[in-house]
Amino acid sequence: MAAVQTFYLPHYPTYPIYVCMFKDVSNADFLRSQLLEANPKFDYAFLDATMILSLPHLLSASFLALHSHVTHRSKTRTPHSELVFRLHPSNNIGESYKRFGISDSTTYLIAVKIGLGPETTAESVMEHLSENVKGEAVLIGGGGLEIGMWANEAKVRKVYKLENKDAAKKEKNGAVNGVDRAEANQRQEVESVILGMVSLKGS
Amino acid sequence: MTDPAPPEPQPAQPQHILSLPFTTSNLTLLTQGAEALVYRTTFLTPSTPCVLKYRPPKPYRHPTLDKRLTKARLLAEARVLVKCRKEFMGVEGAGVSVPAVLGADWEMGWVVLEWVDGWTVRKCLDEWIHTLGLKGERQGGGREEGADGGGRQKEEPLWDLMRKVGKAVGKLHEIGVCHGDLTTSNLMVRRVAYTSQEQEKNTGVRHVGRQTVSAMREAAITESDAPPEPSSQTAEQQPPNLNGDIVLIDFGLATQTVQDEDRAVDLYVLERAFAATHPAAEPLFREVLRVYGESFKGARTVLKRLEDVRLRGRKRSMLG
Repeated sequence: MAAVQTFYLPHYPTYPIYVCMFKDVSNADFLRSQLLEANPKFDYAFLDATMILSLPHLLSASFLALHSHVTHRSKTRTPHSELVFRLHPSNNIGESYKRFGISDSTTYLIAVKIGLGPETTAESVMEHLSENVKGEAVLIGGGGLEIGMWANEAKVRKVYKLENKDAAKKEKNGAVNGVDRAEANQRQEVESVILGMVSLKGS
Repeated sequence: MTDPAPPEPQPAQPQHILSLPFTTSNLTLLTQGAEALVYRTTFLTPSTPCVLKYRPPKPYRHPTLDKRLTKARLLAEARVLVKCRKEFMGVEGAGVSVPAVLGADWEMGWVVLEWVDGWTVRKCLDEWIHTLGLKGERQGGGREEGADGGGRQKEEPLWDLMRKVGKAVGKLHEIGVCHGDLTTSNLMVRRVAYTSQEQEKNTGVRHVGRQTVSAMREAAITESDAPPEPSSQTAEQQPPNLNGDIVLIDFGLATQTVQDEDRAVDLYVLERAFAATHPAAEPLFREVLRVYGESFKGARTVLKRLEDVRLRGRKRSMLG
């Protein structure tokens, strides 16, 4: 049973963003093949959850994808492919799918559906995904804090070319008090730079 | 002969049509500059406050030129912000920051920036100088001669703020960015709560609000809109806590440059802004320059250049 959390973007209240998370996904190859066949029933943004740092990271790409769709300036065919495209700093769609999209070996999955019309509802998304994704659904709270829990920060940093300058220094220091706090701050800093890069993509 | 009085300006309601997806709902106008309207709103999630900077089209410009100028200026600003954020990211405890860019549409002319909760240095200076009762006449020697122990101690947070400002401007210049409009209103101190210890120390200091225009505008921008927090009542009686990080804002005129001239002009503009705030601020600014001089390699030559700039003013060439 999929668990859908609906997010409403300020300024685009009529386009809800439905988000589902799955772990131990076993049929990623099937989902990917449906995307490649452009099956209209599988019009989702299937994302590799280890590449999504946080809710704002996901929502900023969603917002920009939706915005370019509404203003007819999309670079790709659907708002969902635009979402995947928007996440990557380069202008290469294939590369975007390779880094952020689902691959055959994906086990941690985030599925996003942008509610473009009244026919798409949380129920319809839940039903369809429950039927087709083989994996364990993970509940997302209203704050969306779960979104980043599988993120591989090193991998994300690499794609955005934000390699950790003082990683070596940290290892030396080892476990000191308040490391968690520092790490949380660090992640927020990385997130804010990434939001900027995502916003300025294509400029 | 007297000219007829100019027509009454229209009430402040903006006549501009906002560009997609923004509408007047959920938007509060904070201020209006020559080029941009600045609103407070939310972005990405309903609980994320942010600043929307919108550059409306100028009807008197040719549409093509207008688009190009808007795009170039908006992107220049956003790129500098992202660059600063990136460069400051690795530096642990840099104590300086800039607003993050949360979204942008250069065709439509808007950029969404992180909301900075705090006070401008202008307000900090106003309030602290007022509460401490600093007077201009003291500028001659007050600091160097050590003044009287107690007063000096009370002033310490202010001097500390000056050191942070000097360091922050140094950091900015070091990474190859010049602000272009460095005034005390474009420097902010992030809001942090007073510790109970500090609160005790400050209880003797009672502050009576001064209704200057800037203070009123300030109140409209920061306090009335600030999310309610436990210390808000004490904040009424105490001058702003100066322990927060420095945040540089409004990069609308910023350039990416490493020229001593541009850096010196930044300092010159800041110096004039300090002098305009309060006479007592002049010795304070000397501390800013002292710390700036030690903040990065090459800062000394900038200070030398500042002396030239002082003699001739901000404009290098006298053309235009």
